[in-house]
Amino acid sequence: MNIRFSGFGGQGIILSGVILGWAAVLDGKNAIQTQSYGSSARGGSCKCDVIIQESAIYELEPEHNDILITFSQPSYNAFIKSLKEGGHLFYDSDLVTVDTNEFPCNSIPATDIAFKEFKQKIYANMLMLGFLAEKIRFIGFRAIEKSISQYVPTKTIEMNIAAFRMGIDLAK
Amino acid sequence: MNNQKYLDSLKNKTLFLQGDEAAAYGALFAGCNFFAGYPITPASEIAELMSRELPKSGGYYIQMEDEIASIGAVIGAVWSGGKSMTATSGPGFSLMQENIGYACMTESPCVIVDVQRSGPSTGQATKGAQGDVLQARWGTHGDHEMIALSPWSSQESFDLMIEAFNLSEKYRNPVIFLLDGEVGHIREKVVFPDINELNIYQRNISLEKIDVFGGQRIPPMIEFGMGQRIHVTGSTHKSNGMRDVSSMEAHDTLIRRIYDKISSNRNEIAHFETHYIDNMDYLAVSYGAAARPTMGAVLKLRERGIKIGFLRLITIWPFPIDICTELGKRTKKIFVPEMNLGQVSREIERFVNCPVESVSKIGGISHTIDEITNYISANI
Repeated sequence: MNIRFSGFGGQGIILSGVILGWAAVLDGKNAIQTQSYGSSARGGSCKCDVIIQESAIYELEPEHNDILITFSQPSYNAFIKSLKEGGHLFYDSDLVTVDTNEFPCNSIPATDIAFKEFKQKIYANMLMLGFLAEKIRFIGFRAIEKSISQYVPTKTIEMNIAAFRMGIDLAK
Repeated sequence: MNNQKYLDSLKNKTLFLQGDEAAAYGALFAGCNFFAGYPITPASEIAELMSRELPKSGGYYIQMEDEIASIGAVIGAVWSGGKSMTATSGPGFSLMQENIGYACMTESPCVIVDVQRSGPSTGQATKGAQGDVLQARWGTHGDHEMIALSPWSSQESFDLMIEAFNLSEKYRNPVIFLLDGEVGHIREKVVFPDINELNIYQRNISLEKIDVFGGQRIPPMIEFGMGQRIHVTGSTHKSNGMRDVSSMEAHDTLIRRIYDKISSNRNEIAHFETHYIDNMDYLAVSYGAAARPTMGAVLKLRERGIKIGFLRLITIWPFPIDICTELGKRTKKIFVPEMNLGQVSREIERFVNCPVESVSKIGGISHTIDEITNYISANI
């Protein structure tokens, strides 16, 4: 399964992919995570690919994705064509306007909810990860929570896991 | 914390690491205790991790003012007893070339990581490539041999870094660790071993007063501070280290020896991996990042009934000549996917009689399995 997280630098795009990739390994699967970014540190376009499968992974940069998660209009515009037929599109509904009805769309205003509920926009990525994990049940929640707690700063583990769980609830 | 305690704390751990990070941990397991470098994309993660972890294991990290100073400090540390390394990318690797030659000439064991990015010059700073393969071999001037290794995964990046240090110590030569931006930045599972189960080559140090620049093919070393006088120079020198820049014989003896110590051990240094070579009409040869989709393509082509074998080069220099020659006799055509315009494919051509076709891709995005599959299908 090929999953692409995309948005602007600083939205926690790459961290989402790292957490999901490591969770897949904890769940006993093979996973690789790759990322690409421009020369500018923040605000530039960035993407993060995660490949999860049972067999060995030889593809490094998949042309087509099963899941696209997008947090910005430019990244949606750039990557919507990479989504396979029958793929799943996830996006932040306040930040992205979708111009296709080809795919099952799953959206939440993650950034807005994060700001209202957790006082910081940065938790939007974990909200979206929870939302994704519940909609596409492919990795165990426990593995994802373990991965979150290993990758986010210690002081923010609780908040990140709370955001992840809220994402799960929003998908139900 | 000393190195043993530090490494015990990592024993049998499983982590999700980038190739860069895995290489840095591999260096720590190999006993690296000195790192000098200057950050550059896509190699900065190595410096970052070393700056954090090396002091914990009792080693020293220093950020130098540039790459020329970095490689200078690395070589200096070697002669003070350090197991030392640096990490850079193409532009920095170019700057280091003169002192890499100095390391060859002074037979200073050290590891230089080049996480290759698209060049020449600044090129595509954040994109991977495999364009420095020939520079690793011939970047510095004069006759010399070189050892260069190229891993294809994070786990191999870890394992091979230990081998890189071992080879550098055993042959008293710099070793180029040819990562690429792709493998350097992939995160995947890495399992650390138990340090007590690893073979770490210990530097051959002579406590007696003997010549350390000749007298035998790979002479032992002495180090500053051990009580003996020692002269280390990049000028042509006699076996006692003293300069002799006018005698043809002194130069001939020295250079042939430092050349032969590696070329005569080519088969011991040249690691590779083969798949399906017992039943093949065609052969794919690749290495580093490009070897991943090549392996995927070979599996796909065989599913379609095309008999293709796969040779993955792990050691690039000294070039694994014998296996190429042998396999070349048994195949109709060799395909070489690589992220440059044919640097290794041209090398293979020198040693085989069958046609060799480069499947090159540049621009910072690795081959896909389908691209290689389709190319080979259309050209057999």
